[in-house]
Amino acid sequence: MVQYFGTARLDASFAALSDATRRGVIEQLARAEASITDLAERFHMTLTGMKKHIGILERAGLVVTEKVGRVRTCRLGAQDLAEEAGWIASYHQRWSARFDALDDVIAELKAKEKMDGPERQ
Amino acid sequence: MGLNANDFGATTVARKSDTEVEVTRVFDAPPHLVYRAWTTPELFQRWWAPRSIGAPMRVRELDVRVGGGYRIEFDGEDGQIWAFFGKYIEVVPNARIVWTNEESDNGPISTVTFEERDGKTLLTFRELHPSKEALDEGIGAAEGMPEQLAQLEELLAELAEG
Repeated sequence: MVQYFGTARLDASFAALSDATRRGVIEQLARAEASITDLAERFHMTLTGMKKHIGILERAGLVVTEKVGRVRTCRLGAQDLAEEAGWIASYHQRWSARFDALDDVIAELKAKEKMDGPERQ
Repeated sequence: MGLNANDFGATTVARKSDTEVEVTRVFDAPPHLVYRAWTTPELFQRWWAPRSIGAPMRVRELDVRVGGGYRIEFDGEDGQIWAFFGKYIEVVPNARIVWTNEESDNGPISTVTFEERDGKTLLTFRELHPSKEALDEGIGAAEGMPEQLAQLEELLAELAEG
């Protein structure tokens, strides 16, 4: 489904948000930043399990982490999916792919018409 | 207006106003062929959802005449079907087609024009949305998963407001 958008960024965001724990983490981080240890405790998970979730959110650009001393702190990423430039790029990619395919169809029609002679209009 | 060599094959996208987006492309064929590819169901089926979009598409209806309807369906996960449909409100053969997008309440009016340029075709596609908000939502959702995207947008908007 997510391929419709043709952007890796949106794919990653949807995948990241398809999980209830990760949505919970986002909600939590919207209130306040937290360490991975805090989050693991809050969501009753192992540290390893939470690290995995954070990794997925981080790759999607939804969360950023910073290690200070021995503590890795997580907060919401700066990504703004509604950012206009992002939409334009995705829109452009979609139409460009579509028109490339249309180009092929039209080339066929043109070749066929050349063979058959111009059709009366 | 003549064409520059580098106009070929380049798709341009521009936001014309708060409510309008425009896409252009030059095709190396006269308008009647581009029009035929746009209005013949078997041909339309082959390019509207190119493989890179990644979902099988069915053209249920493509009745390109004033008052005629169209309906395009994509298969989603779990047997869900995403349908896009509307009506043609203006049809000028080989030159211009205008249609509605009725899968949502605030869908845009779409217009495509085919203009002859030295034996080639300048295709211009425009989407005129009822509001800026509808455009922002529509650009992302037009071919995708309107509901899920709307949910994601809502979530992100909430988060941004903090």
